[in-house]
Amino acid sequence: MAVEVRIPTILRTYTDGEKAVSGEGATLSEVIENLESNHPGIKERLVEARPGGDGESDLRRFVNVYVNDEDVRFTGGLDTSVSDGDQVVVLPAVAGGAS
Amino acid sequence: MLSIERDIHDAIVAHARRDHPDEACGVVAGPEGSDRPERFVPMVNAASSPTFYEFDPMDLLRLYREMDDRGEEPVVVYHSHTATEAYPSRTDIGLAMEPNAHYVLVSTREGGNSAGPVEFRSYRIVDGTVTEEDVEIVPPTRVNREPRSQD
Repeated sequence: MAVEVRIPTILRTYTDGEKAVSGEGATLSEVIENLESNHPGIKERLVEARPGGDGESDLRRFVNVYVNDEDVRFTGGLDTSVSDGDQVVVLPAVAGGAS
Repeated sequence: MLSIERDIHDAIVAHARRDHPDEACGVVAGPEGSDRPERFVPMVNAASSPTFYEFDPMDLLRLYREMDDRGEEPVVVYHSHTATEAYPSRTDIGLAMEPNAHYVLVSTREGGNSAGPVEFRSYRIVDGTVTEEDVEIVPPTRVNREPRSQD
């Protein structure tokens, strides 16, 4: 199942400057694996190993991913299901501060 | 160098003063590739904190969709420090993800909410490297600006 993945400026070094690429998979996790096979290195920028070393990964704290405009943190995270024609948007958080 | 119109500069400072002692944040969007900060977009600090700021994830999505539709990019990303100098913290540097943006920092540590002195400084932050740049404040040139209210 093909989905469109919108890539933020900072990650376009992995996509030859493309703003959007196509991905395949039934879940966000599978889409990210598929992205990684076509754009090596990108996965590491999106997910990190869960503390505790059980081999599971989570979305990085300061990376936002939306499937059809819904923040995946509220729809199952990396297990969020995706369907043909869905749009996945990746946006790094805009955050910082004196601390 | 950052070249910014007087009224946008003043709007950023006013936002920082208004939200003091919490950090204020926002962007100034401009046509992609133009390096012209034209559209002032104050954002809500979802962290409501004196030491941290973060755009709300849904506000962030709306903002980027809007910029996309208009052929814009965030030319300036601004936030305030309310007890320390207007220099990027380690957190600011680690989380800076817009390599093309001017990162503006305003410090309200002296004046607080009042019209006291503020520091207004600008930086490039790329791959963890901070480079300060000059700020040139120029007279407003356009009449049809559409400032977006904070929502």
